[in-house]
Amino acid sequence: MRFAIVVVGASLGGLEAMETLLAGLPEQFALPVAVVLHRPSQESDLAELLQRHCVLPVGEPEDKMGIEAGRVYLAPAGYHLLVEAGSFALSTDPPVCHARPSIDVLFESAADAYRDRVVGVALTGASQDGARGLATIKGRGGFAIVQDPAQAQSPVLPEAVLAATAVDRVLPIAEVAPLLAGLSQLTVR
Amino acid sequence: MTSTDLPPPIEELEIRLLLEAVFQHSGYDFRQYALASLRRRIRAQMGSERVRTVSGLQEKVLHDGACLQRFLLGLTVTETAMFRDPEFFLAFRTKVVPQLRTYPFVRIWHAGCASGEEVYSMAILLAEEGLLDRCRIYATDVNPCALQQAREGIFPLAAMQDYTTNYIQAGGKVSFSEYYTARYEHAIFRPGLKESVVFAQHNLVTDSSFNEFHMIVCRNVMIYFDKPLQARVHRLFLDSLTRFGFLGLGSKESLTFSACEGCYEPVDRRAKLYRRVQ
Repeated sequence: MRFAIVVVGASLGGLEAMETLLAGLPEQFALPVAVVLHRPSQESDLAELLQRHCVLPVGEPEDKMGIEAGRVYLAPAGYHLLVEAGSFALSTDPPVCHARPSIDVLFESAADAYRDRVVGVALTGASQDGARGLATIKGRGGFAIVQDPAQAQSPVLPEAVLAATAVDRVLPIAEVAPLLAGLSQLTVR
Repeated sequence: MTSTDLPPPIEELEIRLLLEAVFQHSGYDFRQYALASLRRRIRAQMGSERVRTVSGLQEKVLHDGACLQRFLLGLTVTETAMFRDPEFFLAFRTKVVPQLRTYPFVRIWHAGCASGEEVYSMAILLAEEGLLDRCRIYATDVNPCALQQAREGIFPLAAMQDYTTNYIQAGGKVSFSEYYTARYEHAIFRPGLKESVVFAQHNLVTDSSFNEFHMIVCRNVMIYFDKPLQARVHRLFLDSLTRFGFLGLGSKESLTFSACEGCYEPVDRRAKLYRRVQ
């Protein structure tokens, strides 16, 4: 398989954008999806909210949980979510760009663990958190998707990404999931 | 899911060499720390030490004692808060404390207490439940700076608002500000809370069991360890727990991936409170 994991990040406006994206993922989606949504540090029912829009199971991983295809993993409030080869790891290191969970932390760890086999998606967001991470994914040979800033609720993150790296696709939110479905089926490296 | 079959990148090799060097040079063993979070911290250290490579960091760590100290402190610092994850403390108050009351004397081990906020939280809770004078809390950490802060019991005043909210959600019974004196930007916690606490340096990786406890609390420390090291520390905890003793973990930690799972029954699954049954 060309790719091993999809990582997605969003902040302001991200709930609606994520709901649209997740709703578009098909039942037999062949990759794991790890998501960072900036969220208040104590709130806890975001996974249930997102589950209503998604046919794939949505949950918050525990430390050292295995990464499985066809599941959506949401970074828990107050922790950074990291990826190692085959399992998730958590950290309570200081916030990055005032964010914990941080999109950069997830994205950079995915690029470390999976090299060029990462698909990174940056959606609407009000801070730079995620721009550096997506640039790292692209730099290692992964695939970079960014939500069209003209249509994003907050264009700050999409524009920061475009300034940081050459991306593979700039898309309206409705087209992201169909593209991911296609990428998940690629076998050629 | 496995990573590619390419040989490990040079940085990962350098990290292994660095950790081996630090272990042989200082006795501190980071060789089984979880790689992803370790790597981030090492890269941050490279930035602050102004070296371009992990090998460059190794050179400095081996030949500059102050750099070694900064390195050790940087890799062992962890974050904490008072009444962090209030549901943990509420569950402890309602489900564990009634059991602890049946003992004439209670020993509690806070393993990895960091700067001590959760230790003081526990002391406050036990005082409110009328149990503190029968308790001895052992608060240990590998990081001597954090331990010294814990001994002092002085925390930023600016944090008290969030801590008050946590305290209330944890079932706190009085006005939280009764437990500290505000001076300039600091909140100085009542020295009486410390009378039942012993602070000591202890390294979960290299040190062994030192007592038998009725409760062990280790929250958001083992997330920095790899799976085999977590298993070893869980065995250390089992060796240090009385039969029917309690174990408390962080909100996103679990026993599920540990061989010790069968030795415990859950007391409160959400709060990550367990009781030893074997």
